[in-house]
Amino acid sequence: MAMMDTDLQCDVLIVGGGLVGGPLACALAAHGVSVAVVDREAPETALAPAFDGRASAVALGPQRVLAGCGLWPAIAPLAAPIREIRVSDGASPLFLHYDHRVLGSDPFGWIVENRAIRQALSRRLPALPLARVLAPASIQALRREAGGVVATLNDGRSIGAALVVAADGRGSPVRAGAGIGLTKWEYGQTAIVCTVAHEKPHGDVAQEHFLPSGPFAILPLPGNRSSVVWTEKSALVPGIMAQDDAAFLAEMHERFGDFLGGLTLEGPRFAYPLSLQFAKAYTAPRLALVGDAAHGMHPVAGQGMNMGLRDVAALAEVLVQAKRLGLDLGNAAVLERYARWRRFDNLLMLGLTDAMVRLFSNDIAPVRLARDLGLAAVNRMPGLKKTFMRHAMGLVGELPRLMRGEAL
Amino acid sequence: MSALSQPTTASAEEVARFQAIADAWWDAEGKFKPLHQLNPPRLEFLRDIAAAHFGRDIAAPAPFAGLSLLDVGCGGGLLCEPLARLGFAVTGIDAGEKNVAVARLHAEQSGLAIDYRNATPEQLEGQFDVVMSMEVVEHVPDVDVFLAAAAARLKPGGLFFGATLNRTAKSYALAIIGAEYVLRWLPRGTHDWKKFLKPSEFAAALRRAGVTVAGFEGIRFDLVHDCWRRTDSLDVNYLLHGRKD
Ligand SMILES: Cc1cc2nc3c(=O)[nH]c(=O)nc-3n(C[C@H](O)[C@H](O)[C@H](O)COP(=O)(O)OP(=O)(O)OC[C@H]3O[C@@H](n4cnc5c(N)ncnc54)[C@H](O)[C@@H]3O)c2cc1C
Ligand SMILES: C[S@@+](CC[C@H](N)C(=O)[O-])C[C@H]1O[C@@H](n2cnc3c(N)ncnc32)[C@H](O)[C@@H]1O
Repeated sequence: MAMMDTDLQCDVLIVGGGLVGGPLACALAAHGVSVAVVDREAPETALAPAFDGRASAVALGPQRVLAGCGLWPAIAPLAAPIREIRVSDGASPLFLHYDHRVLGSDPFGWIVENRAIRQALSRRLPALPLARVLAPASIQALRREAGGVVATLNDGRSIGAALVVAADGRGSPVRAGAGIGLTKWEYGQTAIVCTVAHEKPHGDVAQEHFLPSGPFAILPLPGNRSSVVWTEKSALVPGIMAQDDAAFLAEMHERFGDFLGGLTLEGPRFAYPLSLQFAKAYTAPRLALVGDAAHGMHPVAGQGMNMGLRDVAALAEVLVQAKRLGLDLGNAAVLERYARWRRFDNLLMLGLTDAMVRLFSNDIAPVRLARDLGLAAVNRMPGLKKTFMRHAMGLVGELPRLMRGEAL
Repeated sequence: MSALSQPTTASAEEVARFQAIADAWWDAEGKFKPLHQLNPPRLEFLRDIAAAHFGRDIAAPAPFAGLSLLDVGCGGGLLCEPLARLGFAVTGIDAGEKNVAVARLHAEQSGLAIDYRNATPEQLEGQFDVVMSMEVVEHVPDVDVFLAAAAARLKPGGLFFGATLNRTAKSYALAIIGAEYVLRWLPRGTHDWKKFLKPSEFAAALRRAGVTVAGFEGIRFDLVHDCWRRTDSLDVNYLLHGRKD
């Protein structure tokens, strides 16, 4: 690039080294593309238990992406497999039951605490010679020009690159700075997240109860522990969060049920207001959006990071191929290939999760009857169920190599 | 065109056509869009053949470091830049002075060291490990004279790469009527179908210049993905590679 006078020169500048930007950095740096990762949080902060108490359901395809990034070996010992999924609708006895044996011997996916993924990243990235992590740091100025991108950090250092990737989450300052618009609506729901220990083993079963105020999910963690995602009307959440642990636990236990015996609370509780949002464009000159910066969805289907990892697989494949052809990585044709590959798949998932939330988050009798019959019908049609399952596992569509478990 | 007072292998009229739109060379959506779109498959072809020939690993950084390459009729340098990033020491020559000026400026912006010269092959000295001439033979007045001059710049045992349009009914329909008149991808009059070369004619001319063709491959447009792909059919656009004896 013409800006030889920058302090650091690399192929790709990634803003945001979270659950999506981090794996992208690993995938690129492991395949000959040099990266600089800038994150406003210090790595120690992001690893503290109070930073992110969530656990993520990771589907089979995205799990292969984490493996291809060299992250899975560090995550695997801390991941709990999901072998069964039970979906129930409020008090209705009709429910949808998915058993992994229908599709073969692989589990549906795994539940992994976000902290375990961040830990794996903090070990893997420094071991990659082509990756540089600059954190805590923030971008003071970002210029995208004909010859390349130049970023100036708050400490005055400058970084030159052929491409900048916005992996800076829902609020993405990089997206906003590029003038890319956002379509967004609020659900009026907030997710309360906590971890519980229980008396009885969960048997690798993930549960989702659709309650009128929103879905209530119980996700199996290693040992006799589960991660709870309790979606509630936002107006009620401050009151619930303000309660002491005993009162909070009692209220949660009512929704959780007794099937795992007595419950105890582990670690802090967290609250995340929920919305759906999508960027009007995935790319601009010398810029690509990935993960929540491009699309944020309701966690009802546990798909946000999974979709982000699909972005990672597609973008890494496109960029590694371009690099091996000597192409300019910020070139419009390269970026367009990525956008084409991901736009439709992401919109489909946004639409699906949105429909689920709207269909289930109410207690209107006819809607209720229709969806109960619908769930029962899906249960009785093995073909349709299999398709749903494969989609949720991330195995549908023209898959990037990393999603197929192949090398780049 | 002082350097070219008496060009022998270039047609003044043809070169003027490219010079007139020289500013558009690097506009991926502009008049040279087809060449930009052709880049991935033709680079892949060149890279794979060269990697096999020189025993290089395509996943390594700058796999072709230490090898010299001459691009004859480089235009704005659309191929020179990627090839320089792949490690070749690239020399790009073009009969159009403006083309070379645009190429030079862009390489500077890209931070790439490429030796661009306003020249035709017969004006050059020295020999290269690789000589290529992509989408040029259909624009020269005498193919034999041109290829002899280009091949003279190739080291014995070195690799030659060429690309052009085949002279078939399909290429007439696609390249002239389709690309120039219907899709308006190319300015009208960019191509003269009678000057397109059949693969056998291209190979025979190279043979006379001392280069033995070792293989051909076609490129076709994929309408679904809006990009070009490698194919076995040589009906329209095709590539070839050969070796100097
Ligand atoms: C309650 C809940 C449960 C969920 N459960 C699941 C699940 O089970 N499965 C699943 O797949 N997904 C789940 N998700 C979604 C998932 O958490 C997100 O999709 C995922 O975190 C997106 O990752 P990201 O890296 O794109 O963004 P983020 O995780 O938001 O990371 C952004 C990164 O950018 C950094 N950053 C931000 N701004 C700047 C800046 N200006 N400069 C530098 N750095 C910056 C931040 O520090 C951070 O590291 C859930 C979400 C919620 C809210
Ligand atoms: C269709 S363009 C191809 C450019 C480039 N090779 C590519 O494929 O991107 C043809 C170019 O060949 C140049 N040209 C034609 N005859 C030439 C000759 N005899 N010597 C050098 N350049 C020539 C023209 O000026 C023009 O820039």
